[in-house]
Amino acid sequence: MGAGHHHQLYRPGDTPVHRLPPQCKLAAVAAFALAVVATPREWFAAFAVYALLLAGVAALAKVPPGFVLRRMAIEIPFVLFAVAIPFVGTGERVSLAGLSLSLPGLWAAWNVLAKATLGVVASILLAATTEPRLMLLGAQRLRLPPMLVQIAMFMLRYMDVIMDEMRRMRVARESRGFTARDVRHIPVVARSAGALFIRSYERGERVHLAMLSRGYTGSMPVIQDLTASVRQWLLAGTLPGAALAVLLGGALLGTWGVGA
Amino acid sequence: MGGGGVTASLEVSRLAYAYPDGTQALFGVDLRIGRGERVALLGPNGAGKTTLVLHLNGILTAGHGTVTVAGLPVSKGSLQEVRRRVGLVFQDPDDQLFMPTVREDVAFGPANLGIRGEELQQRVKDALEKVGMLEAIDRPPHHLSFGQRRRVAVATVLAMEPEILVLDEPSSNLDPASRRELAEILRGLDVTVLMVTHDLPYALELCERSLILSGGVIAADGPTREILSDAGLLAAHRLELPYGFTVGRGGTPESAR
Repeated sequence: MGAGHHHQLYRPGDTPVHRLPPQCKLAAVAAFALAVVATPREWFAAFAVYALLLAGVAALAKVPPGFVLRRMAIEIPFVLFAVAIPFVGTGERVSLAGLSLSLPGLWAAWNVLAKATLGVVASILLAATTEPRLMLLGAQRLRLPPMLVQIAMFMLRYMDVIMDEMRRMRVARESRGFTARDVRHIPVVARSAGALFIRSYERGERVHLAMLSRGYTGSMPVIQDLTASVRQWLLAGTLPGAALAVLLGGALLGTWGVGA
Repeated sequence: MGGGGVTASLEVSRLAYAYPDGTQALFGVDLRIGRGERVALLGPNGAGKTTLVLHLNGILTAGHGTVTVAGLPVSKGSLQEVRRRVGLVFQDPDDQLFMPTVREDVAFGPANLGIRGEELQQRVKDALEKVGMLEAIDRPPHHLSFGQRRRVAVATVLAMEPEILVLDEPSSNLDPASRRELAEILRGLDVTVLMVTHDLPYALELCERSLILSGGVIAADGPTREILSDAGLLAAHRLELPYGFTVGRGGTPESAR
């Protein structure tokens, strides 16, 4: 059994951020992301403040910058997409280092990059300070659709089992002299994937029987009740609260940076 | 044998069942298990053992006949209580342990019965204590060894304080040490046990009485020692003792080579 390699997002620790109940952190990150998305793209200073806020959370949670940076690789597809926009964009063009770039395209790229990066960093910090299991309990607590929470819970539990099954099937294929070298081997791999699907489906049926046998009636019983105090909600609310203050302040003062 | 107290833990009467595709699996099973008995249900592959087991807590509903658990007939209305009374331990612990941690998994059953808070935690601890797995309470099930997972699987149903524990192939895939440890745990439990197996030495070790299910009916019912020493009976139902293992009618099992 792979010793939990899908938990690599989590970084164990005992900081105020780690100790916050998961539902508070989930709600805080969602609210923060909304504030970021609602911010006009011209407000450079506001984005700088958001970045500083996240840096503050990272420092408080003792999550080193390198840890966050490595996990930001997930954003690469968005970066590629964003980089392409100025080249293919229409409208007014500017020359930069001999390249002709679209001005609206540059704005759009900046908008996508800045907001996505802030959202991704906030999610990484959430995942780094919250055990996956607790994250799901938090989601359950926030009354997210129970079916989705249960699906995620089973994924968490059976990921290793299914990966292990997949590895055994590969070993079995290779033991009989098979190596996937070119496209002609795709049908073999596809059939293995099909067999894995059937096996997992049947396992799902057996798990369901086991659940029924222990009195399951369609909803997960609350086993670990996570309660959050007002203080904890307030502490978690600091991040979105500060972001919202920046947003509202900017709206009242009119502008935060260049452009507008 | 075959009796026990006034109310039997489990009573199955004229139970017949055909799968939706028409395959008849059970042709009228009759059996009675008294309170506190440990009984082995023996039978070759495909004899209908698992089908019978799934009737005991109402997962499958009888085409004909009745199942009664401690006086309560299995019916649509009594399912929740029947499932509390019949603790089913499945063959593959990965099917049985579906929650992220051992604690939550053992708590799943009693929590479905409406137990909360301190009492729930106490039930979880007691059940894990009985199988010697208390120290694994906060670990994820997939980080445990196979033998440990099987023991936790037993704890998940013990936490529901069942009337009868039904184990499907409890010794399968266990190494000899885990097999012995599980036997010691089962012997120490104060609960009626029905053990489905084709591991005949294990049946002899743990159960005084055995039933043979073959061709969808109970083909034999008697003291395990007598059944296992009847070579003709075993052969007629595709059951075999391991190589070099013989059972004497009176004395202790001899390993004659």
